[in-house]
Amino acid sequence: MHRTGDLYGHFQTLEQQKETATLGMWIFLVTEVLFFGGLFLTYTINRSAFSTAFGIGSNTLDITLGAGNTVVLIMSSLTMAMAVWSAQVGKKKLVSIFLIATLGLGTVFLGVKAIEYKQKFDHHLVPGRSFDMKYHPTHPMPGDDPKELALEKKEVEEAFAHDPDINAHGQLYFSLYFGMTGLHALHMIVGAGLLLWLIKGSFAGRFTPQYNTPVEIVGLYWHFVDIVWIYLFPLLYLIDRHR
Amino acid sequence: MLGTAITIWAAFQNFGKFNIVIALAIATIKATLVVLYFMHARYSPKRTQLVIVCSVFWLAIMLALTLADYDTRPHEGRLASANTCYHA
Repeated sequence: MHRTGDLYGHFQTLEQQKETATLGMWIFLVTEVLFFGGLFLTYTINRSAFSTAFGIGSNTLDITLGAGNTVVLIMSSLTMAMAVWSAQVGKKKLVSIFLIATLGLGTVFLGVKAIEYKQKFDHHLVPGRSFDMKYHPTHPMPGDDPKELALEKKEVEEAFAHDPDINAHGQLYFSLYFGMTGLHALHMIVGAGLLLWLIKGSFAGRFTPQYNTPVEIVGLYWHFVDIVWIYLFPLLYLIDRHR
Repeated sequence: MLGTAITIWAAFQNFGKFNIVIALAIATIKATLVVLYFMHARYSPKRTQLVIVCSVFWLAIMLALTLADYDTRPHEGRLASANTCYHA
């Protein structure tokens, strides 16, 4: 393929090449919107059908970790936007710094997610044979707040009285929880890989005000993943907190 | 940042039926800000903006038509009886 510097032969200007790439990325993001949209739709329908089980499942999630992670991810979107800006104005050193900051925050997010997943395994809240909503209230873990646990116990008992099949319906909630957050985490891992590639390029000084399309495109992807979490957080963590 | 604080505060308030509406409204405001400013949608060419609007429009079709179907089919308040679905 003919190529003059960063300009490929079938484009007339770098500007045109960049607009084309951005448009292509947005079209990919449209397919992603509908992909995640289908999961959100499944979640909404099941939640309205089994609201007791979904409410109780939501209350077992750690809101501090979830909210903290939301802040971390929005911060990482901010640093990503700063990296794109730095590339556009030609501050090569700042590009590397902001890309590394973004990668760091993304890694913190995934680490916190791993802690949350482990907690669910410890509490027998992973769909499967040993799933039991009654397990955690009757088997306290070290570091549990007794008041909090008593409240959870009362809630679970009430829920069982209201819906005897809560262990079946609760598994629906946790299947969707692991499916949706897992798919989101997978997107984060892909994003982290892309960031590593960008960081390598930024060390080599590849991104200039004339040519910074890769930073821009990965930025779009990273912000999209952030938006998915912006919706996942209230839907999964916050549905029944006022109780 | 501020948006997240508002989301959590709102979650502990009781607006009755409107809890979820408020949580989603806040999420939508946050998402819109991210799209407009972080993703530069505001400064993009018209054809990129058209793609973004289309994506929201198609998502709306999927959500509205599917939910309208579930909402209007008679199923006595649940999707199916628990026995038929999970203990077969």
